[in-house]
Amino acid sequence: MSDHAMLEVRDLYKYFPIRQSMLDILLRRPANNVKAVDGVSFDLERGEVLAIVGESGCGKTTIARTLIGLEEQTDGEILFHDELVGAHERRARAGLVPLEAGTVGSSEQKVFPRMSMKRLRQQAQMIFQDPYESLNPRATILEIVAEPLVVHGLARGRDERLERVKTALEEAGLRPAEDYFLRYPHELSGGQRQRVVIASAMVLQPELLIADEPVSMLDVSIRAEILNLLRDLRQRRGVSIVFITHDLSTVAYFADRIAVMYLGRMVETGPAREVLANPQHPYTKALISVIPVPNPRLRRERVILQGETPNPIDLPSGCRFHPRCPVAVEACKVTDPANVLVGENHHAACLLLNVAASPNIASGEAAST
Amino acid sequence: MNENWTLFKRNLSDFWKAFRRNRLGLAGAFLVITSILVATFAPLLTPHAPSDIIRDEGGHGLTFAPPSVHGPLGTDDAGHDVWSQLVYGARISLMVGFMAGFIAMFVGSLFGILAGYFGGRIDNLLMRITDILLVIPDLPLMLILVATIRQLDLKISPLTVLIAVIGLLYWTSTARLIRSQVLTIKERQFVARARAIGAGHGHIIRKHILPQIMPLIVANTVLILSTAILVESGLAFLGLGDPTQPSWGTMLNFAFDRSAITNGAWWFYLPPGFAIVWVTLGCVLLGNVLEEMLNPRLTAHHLEGDQNMIAVPAKGAE
Repeated sequence: MSDHAMLEVRDLYKYFPIRQSMLDILLRRPANNVKAVDGVSFDLERGEVLAIVGESGCGKTTIARTLIGLEEQTDGEILFHDELVGAHERRARAGLVPLEAGTVGSSEQKVFPRMSMKRLRQQAQMIFQDPYESLNPRATILEIVAEPLVVHGLARGRDERLERVKTALEEAGLRPAEDYFLRYPHELSGGQRQRVVIASAMVLQPELLIADEPVSMLDVSIRAEILNLLRDLRQRRGVSIVFITHDLSTVAYFADRIAVMYLGRMVETGPAREVLANPQHPYTKALISVIPVPNPRLRRERVILQGETPNPIDLPSGCRFHPRCPVAVEACKVTDPANVLVGENHHAACLLLNVAASPNIASGEAAST
Repeated sequence: MNENWTLFKRNLSDFWKAFRRNRLGLAGAFLVITSILVATFAPLLTPHAPSDIIRDEGGHGLTFAPPSVHGPLGTDDAGHDVWSQLVYGARISLMVGFMAGFIAMFVGSLFGILAGYFGGRIDNLLMRITDILLVIPDLPLMLILVATIRQLDLKISPLTVLIAVIGLLYWTSTARLIRSQVLTIKERQFVARARAIGAGHGHIIRKHILPQIMPLIVANTVLILSTAILVESGLAFLGLGDPTQPSWGTMLNFAFDRSAITNGAWWFYLPPGFAIVWVTLGCVLLGNVLEEMLNPRLTAHHLEGDQNMIAVPAKGAE
């Protein structure tokens, strides 16, 4: 456990219970859960960009919403600057668990202070996917960007507030900022709106930015601009970014590390270049093999995954990827693979990688398929 | 802040530009504004007080004098001037209607917002109260309430009782309407964003929910006003008004009680009826047009309006 990571997530679980009908209860059918996030751990250093990649429904947005406290995690800890955040706060305030401290890890019983949601949200901000929906249509740009200041009671003077809004807007590339103050979101283009969202996230000068597919709703021509802007902000302000996307090609652009998610689990994590150049997990291999390359003559072998993503209510046994995996062996149906170190800081969760380490399984079951 | 003032002026002029083009809305506004003006300047419009008794040269009271004999609208059974009763009655009718309407609007919006925003148990509780009020027949309930409160001898003016009873019974439809709007708004992403930046419930309701439903509230208030005025007239006609401060409904009650119809004194019962229609029609027209204009789902695109379009639509395309 690295003690100095800014953000540490340990065994995060988020299940959404499915409402049962009266009949289900009478028949004593077991309650079902959508296992959106099913045991995820990762660290984020200061100034680092972590990209969480995966297809839709794999739980990446749920991670983002849980980090910022829009959802309460079912289990697991989120540590921000060695302080516990997220969930339990409400329960703590209700007196069910102590407010000032909690424990992490059953073995160490280390005690961490708790951080209130309000303080967390001064230091961590979220950028939403859809810039057309995430701005209040009846508020002016000035009101929108100044809102975090108002909410947190910062920059109380009018001049100071205007000054900070102006700086934030200009840093986000909207200049002259005064021109935008009295405009409404519907008067701006998608790219401009996303810049407003970024300006409003940066006005508090947070240390952590959680960007939930910030460019997927934008025109391709504007994507690069917004990504450049995020990269600049990170270089200038040293802000860490959790960058959530389904698009591996944007990841290559500016992430330091990549975490590939499949059905609520991280199947491969590692340095961005390493993962892209030398993918270990069959799922990552398949994703990378279908990234479009701007060269029609280049013929590559593409791995097209068969079938659909399994139902996150009723996960497959063993490795959750085995029904679609092109290289699955019998053992995959039974054993849930653990993370294996496959390179420097590079982990992947696949049984076949275990095989390389212990050849006795390889001779036995890999041959039978 | 002067930014707010600039903004307010701009919004107002935008609104007026759109409103000006709507004939029904203008007609409704005209009906409502004239009645408000009449009520405000009542003493200037008639030389008589409503309680003055009009006498002929011989000093006898003129009863049931037709408009040809006295004034614009003749006299009633006791020799009072009908025109001045009508003009002063506008004050009572409008005041009761407006105050009851605003109370209904306030209670309805409050219930709707709280139920829609917080959901769960609060929603359940508030909506069950609403349901109960919704299924009880209004008129008998109001009759009983007004009569009972009056029996209690609480030294409250009868008009206050009327206002309170109407105001506290007519908010149910508003509450349901507002609740349904709030339910959709609170799921929108800008509310999630506000929560993510750390805003509390009060801030979100004030800055994000309320501005979205304000137009709905405004349009609905105007519609509720017409209902409130109608209901007040109905109750007053049934004799629950204040005889010392006659509203239009009270006038109709008097006319009915004192056989104006058998005497053929149409100038006594037609004008108050016509006045009620005038105001409620105005409110309904204005309210419908406002609703149409301000409803978030019917909001015009910013390119709408021929002058903003690149290609002007052919005539009759609508």
